[in-house]
Amino acid sequence: MTTSLRGEQVASMISAFAHEAVAGHNEGSVWVGAESWPAVARQLHDRPETDFKYLSSISAVDYIDHFEVVYHLVSLRHNHGAVVKIRCGEGRSDPVIPSCMPVWRGAELQEREAYDLMGVRFEGHPNLKRVMLWEGFPGHPHRKDFLR
Amino acid sequence: MTDAFLENAFFRNIYCNLASSASPRCAGGGPFGDGMFPAGMEWLAFLITAFVIIFLVVNAALLAVNIYIWGERRLVARLQARLGPNRWGPYGLLTPIADLIKILTKEDIVPAAADRLVFNLAPVLIVVPVLLVFAVIPFASSTWVADLNVGVLYIIAVLSVGSYSAVMAGWGSQNRYAMLGAFRAVALLVSYELPMVLALIGVLMITGSMSLVDVVHDQNVPFALVQPLGFLIFLIGSVAEIQRPPFDLAEAESELIGGYHTDYSGIKWGLFQAGEFMATIASAAIITTLFLSGWRGWGFLPSHIWFLIKLVAVLFAMTWLRGTLPRLRIDQVTAFAWKGLLPLAALNLVVSGVLSFIWPAPGVAELWVMAIVNLAVAAVSIFTLGLLLGPRPGERTTPAGSAVFMPAKREGTA
Amino acid sequence: MTLRTEPVTINIGPHHPSTHGVFRLRVTFDGEVIVDAEPVFGYLHRGTEKLAEERTYVQFVTLTDRMDYVASMTNNQGWVLAVEKLAGITPSPRGVWLRMISAELQRIASHLVAIGFFLQDLGAFATPLMYTMRERERILDLFEILCGARITYSYMRPGGVFQDAPQEFWPRLDTFLKEMPHYVDEYERLISGNEIVLVRTKGIGKVPADTLINASASGPILRAAGVDWDLRKKDPYEFYDRVKFDLPLAKESDNFARYIVRIQEMRESLKIVTHCKEQIEPGPVRPKEVPFLVRPPRGDAYAHIEAPKGELGYYVVSDGSIAPYRCHVRAPSFINLTLLRDMLVGWKVADMIVTFGSIDINMGEVDR
Repeated sequence: MTTSLRGEQVASMISAFAHEAVAGHNEGSVWVGAESWPAVARQLHDRPETDFKYLSSISAVDYIDHFEVVYHLVSLRHNHGAVVKIRCGEGRSDPVIPSCMPVWRGAELQEREAYDLMGVRFEGHPNLKRVMLWEGFPGHPHRKDFLR
Repeated sequence: MTDAFLENAFFRNIYCNLASSASPRCAGGGPFGDGMFPAGMEWLAFLITAFVIIFLVVNAALLAVNIYIWGERRLVARLQARLGPNRWGPYGLLTPIADLIKILTKEDIVPAAADRLVFNLAPVLIVVPVLLVFAVIPFASSTWVADLNVGVLYIIAVLSVGSYSAVMAGWGSQNRYAMLGAFRAVALLVSYELPMVLALIGVLMITGSMSLVDVVHDQNVPFALVQPLGFLIFLIGSVAEIQRPPFDLAEAESELIGGYHTDYSGIKWGLFQAGEFMATIASAAIITTLFLSGWRGWGFLPSHIWFLIKLVAVLFAMTWLRGTLPRLRIDQVTAFAWKGLLPLAALNLVVSGVLSFIWPAPGVAELWVMAIVNLAVAAVSIFTLGLLLGPRPGERTTPAGSAVFMPAKREGTA
Repeated sequence: MTLRTEPVTINIGPHHPSTHGVFRLRVTFDGEVIVDAEPVFGYLHRGTEKLAEERTYVQFVTLTDRMDYVASMTNNQGWVLAVEKLAGITPSPRGVWLRMISAELQRIASHLVAIGFFLQDLGAFATPLMYTMRERERILDLFEILCGARITYSYMRPGGVFQDAPQEFWPRLDTFLKEMPHYVDEYERLISGNEIVLVRTKGIGKVPADTLINASASGPILRAAGVDWDLRKKDPYEFYDRVKFDLPLAKESDNFARYIVRIQEMRESLKIVTHCKEQIEPGPVRPKEVPFLVRPPRGDAYAHIEAPKGELGYYVVSDGSIAPYRCHVRAPSFINLTLLRDMLVGWKVADMIVTFGSIDINMGEVDR
């Protein structure tokens, strides 16, 4: 059974190498500051006790007042998983976070998808183009831009 | 005009009906009377005879293609556990006619970028050479259109013209898929032409004649037995030259869509298909004639039935290959020709040369001795070649299924 | 003398006979050798994730069918598991067994399609494809008995399935379970030892295991590289911890290894179905107390299953209403394509098609 690490555990794991990175945690997930994400991602990937070699999924959510990018990480060796969230785009500003493609190549298409459909820009992504829609499509369809 | 053409039952029956009975060539008259033309008009009788025969042969070839397309579709369907065309006519026999009507009524599209002359000429050029092949095939004991004394050379020359058609189609369409297909067609032709021709020389050394009529006449033992290596090489080479699976790289539906005929539609596409199937029939007829003793058989059936039986058997084998085997890659195909077939063909040439030197005019007993020697040579050489070119020891010693292992102890399981 | 040649760029797809739908690949060739390849998606994009926000949790089951349309049952399963996790619903045991039976049958059907089209891509003129389709047809017949549909089943619901299997389902399933191993043997006899198949697939499309892990590849591709990772074993959802089955692995990580892993997985799936059939107990297929309009509390949940093509994950965010606030699908076909370029570059045109077929993608799922 894959152990889902509690937010608290992941927070303490991250705090062990980066104090200011953790922006908060709850039962199942931990929030990480956008600016420290590349370093945290690298450490989560490399450190033997975390060993998150496998990036399961990247999801972007529009919470109207801010955006959130959710990373589901899995360690194949320890068989445990963690959920890392990054807040960005406060007050419906343009959401920008650093890309984690140098750490996990699996992020390549998923980040492109999040950029295409949610408009989250991943800085440092080598080929951040639209993936589902064509270049020049107005807007990003998965945003909550049109509320009923 | 020699008198040789009157040995041909085809010619004699028509010609002697027309020409004057006074003509010395058909003293007995034709089967349905004689002398429709007065004496001195033999040249007209000859001309009409020639036209009638050309008409008959061309139409027979086209009809054979239709029947063969139906047969292949039915057979492949059975190989694939389905029924095949069975709606139109008895057993679906009229399906090719329905297809033909459909193809004829379709819009004929020429791509805007195409080189129109080359594009339009290519489908014609695939059909005509194949029709020309039928001119020299002896269909029965005394039925052939022309007894060329360079028949084998003529066949080789005419069949390779078909590849020009592929190149023209690939170039003329201005389509990259078509171009790749044309490249592949040429690569195949260049690779397989050489071993094929070398394999034929073995046959020619035994018969001492290039005329196909003579080849059949001298085939007291089928040359497939006397020349097993040559037979195999020629069979593989033919399949490659007419681009049927597993050598259908030039059209490669799953890779190049249609290869060189990607851009063709309507009757031009139909001509490509007809040309390919006709080439298959022609190749089967050549194999039958050169290696399976042509129309010769036992007395209880007429000679043309024997020819037909052997032809259908070869076509069945080709269809079976098509229904079973996946396609090879271009470098594997050419490597097989240059590294595999060419040395074998050269060896076959040497062995046949030595045997022909010992028995310059072999009788039946000598032919059987040759067959035994050649079979032994074929077995040894193919086995040796398999050792040289095949997988390295240990690479494929285990059955394919055992590539999978089940982990007995799973590590890291929580 | 060297001849200067120019590379040629060709669009493979979106309407190409062997791109499995509307996939498009911009390939640059140097002669027959691939020097660059770039996948282009989106020709089947229907905005399924956005449509989920306009539908109730049960209504969205019908849309999951249309994502991976050759493996609809497992799509249903992933979604209902996510909803159950989000809303805290405990499914009824009989419903779970039925879900497992249908999911494993679906895995066999999907692998049959994968193998058939893989051989079709090899140029086998449809013979293996017709054989695999013949058995897939029997599975579809079983599903038709089960839920009335043959492709888009919408069979599962949060809490179980929408109806019990009819009486005539079980004898038909027994016959199928008895006969299917022979058919798998038949495929192996036809394909696995074929010399042309071996030279065309062995050693081609190789990717090392750590690259695959780093690129988030999942499913048979990962297991063909010897990585012992199957969510049914590693994170047993439903009752997968109560059935016994082995995990077929291969070491080579080439096209043939992927094919052979799929063949063996079909055998294992048959074992699972047999175990499920032995252990299934009578009872309701769906708890009475689960309402039709599921209203999960605010929060989010991520559920993942081992779909035939890899890890299928649903990330659902609820705002407490009857419709999901946000739904994101982690589509295995989509993410498995990350490494396509690595697998293709340096090989030939013919290998490109075969490698692509061995990944086994479904465009409905890639584009969603």
